[in-house]
Amino acid sequence: MTTGYTSDEIMTVAAARCLTSQTACFVGIGLPSTAANLAVRTHAPGLWMIYESGTLGTRPDTLPLSIGDGVLAETADTVVSVPEVFNYWLQPGRIDVGFLGAAQIDRYANINTTVIGDYTDPKVRLPGAGGAPEIAASCREVVVIVRQSRRAFVERVDFVTSVGHGAGPGDRERLGLRGAGPTRVITDLGVLEPDPATRELTLVQVHPGVSAEDARAATGWDLAVAPDLATTPEPTPEELKVLRSLTGADGV
Amino acid sequence: MIVPLDEGVRELVHDGDTVALEGFTHLIPVAAGHEIIRQGRRDLTLVRMTPDVVYDQVIGAGCAARLVFSWGGNPGVGSLHRFRDAIQNGWPRPLEIEEHSHAGMANRYVAGASGVPFAVLRGYAGTDLVDQTPTIKTVECPFTGERLAAVPALNPDVTVIHAQRADRAGNVQLWGITGIQKEAVLAARRSLVTVEEVVDRLEPVPGQVLLPSRVVTAVSVVPGGARPSYAHGYYARDNAAYQAWDAVSRDRDAFARWLADEIGAPAPLPGKAG
Repeated sequence: MTTGYTSDEIMTVAAARCLTSQTACFVGIGLPSTAANLAVRTHAPGLWMIYESGTLGTRPDTLPLSIGDGVLAETADTVVSVPEVFNYWLQPGRIDVGFLGAAQIDRYANINTTVIGDYTDPKVRLPGAGGAPEIAASCREVVVIVRQSRRAFVERVDFVTSVGHGAGPGDRERLGLRGAGPTRVITDLGVLEPDPATRELTLVQVHPGVSAEDARAATGWDLAVAPDLATTPEPTPEELKVLRSLTGADGV
Repeated sequence: MIVPLDEGVRELVHDGDTVALEGFTHLIPVAAGHEIIRQGRRDLTLVRMTPDVVYDQVIGAGCAARLVFSWGGNPGVGSLHRFRDAIQNGWPRPLEIEEHSHAGMANRYVAGASGVPFAVLRGYAGTDLVDQTPTIKTVECPFTGERLAAVPALNPDVTVIHAQRADRAGNVQLWGITGIQKEAVLAARRSLVTVEEVVDRLEPVPGQVLLPSRVVTAVSVVPGGARPSYAHGYYARDNAAYQAWDAVSRDRDAFARWLADEIGAPAPLPGKAG
């Protein structure tokens, strides 16, 4: 493993690089929020961040703990009601990228944030859907940020909270989902993308020092690897400096 | 119209009621939730998009039989362990759940506020929520033939919210992140609003929601009534308190001590709380 940064840091940097100044991004809390806030402070100053609390075009000067911290409202272009954010902004397809996390994700990038185990007799009850099902359905595309492990990367999710590519090609169209669904899954080991033909998640990129075998070992299905496997460019000093000032890892 | 909080809860929140304490991270009516625990309400159907710490407390105290919701967690911290214990272990009593997405819940309140029996939205297609939640159906658009999700109106017996201010006539003003509170009040049969302060005149504030007194059943003055959430313009979110709740929530005994020390309520009796 290359030293000088953590696997979480390169995951966050890789996720931030998916966003541009032209992007309108629906931001989930946690890793997605950290990545979006890194992007807006580095290469994507025009990034338009939306949180489901109704804060549109927000630019918090500190990283919020929740999706509704006061700093999000104070720095927003406008604050709208919850029905408005879902009905007027998300549903008609006005948002380019949905940034989501996951407790479990499967071969076709379906996402579970509801239960581990049986729904009526769960082993672990998770928080549930929140805004994710409709974010996954209606954003033009979805980027998922999740640490890669056999526990999280499973052949079939225990519960489909948010639809990725269903059971394969044609499922999103059949279900009437208008966005493209997950186009990238960013992990602490690399980047997965759905195969254009089969829609199956395929390893297309590894972070420096990570091998395809490392990623395959952390995946609960027989993970396909792209023939032209790329390597994530190292985080720049600027990216790391800004990220650490956000997360408090710089000790300031 | 303006009544002490204990009287407002006694008059407006009854055993067996469907009760919505709404607030989307901001302006959560925490003090009112604690008063519901203190008064020992039972068999409530709790409704909320984002049941967080205060619902964890009400559920842990054994006040609720059902929960209608879309995201149950400690925002930015993790899980709610009293909520988990009730669902996974039936402690202190089983909790029936009716689970939606945020878009679905928001539209259910809009339908309730609008006086129509259901709402339509693009939602839920392909998710397992459709199989688990009987209040998610599909309808065909009579104009285009398109298939859309339908969810029934939510009309709580009582909605409880917290706001920054009211005037002496009981008009209520809130601003900042206003979430779903307007719809939740307009959808309810009765409403109780706790406020930071009562003023002679409500000076307009950008982005405000103003609830006319005719849709507000009672106002109670409870400064700090949203803590550890926040009241924009009054006090900030106490993020440390949300982080500290995790340890209390994880342990039944620690929770019982919290109930005794903070609420003055007895420990919940497993299986007998109903």
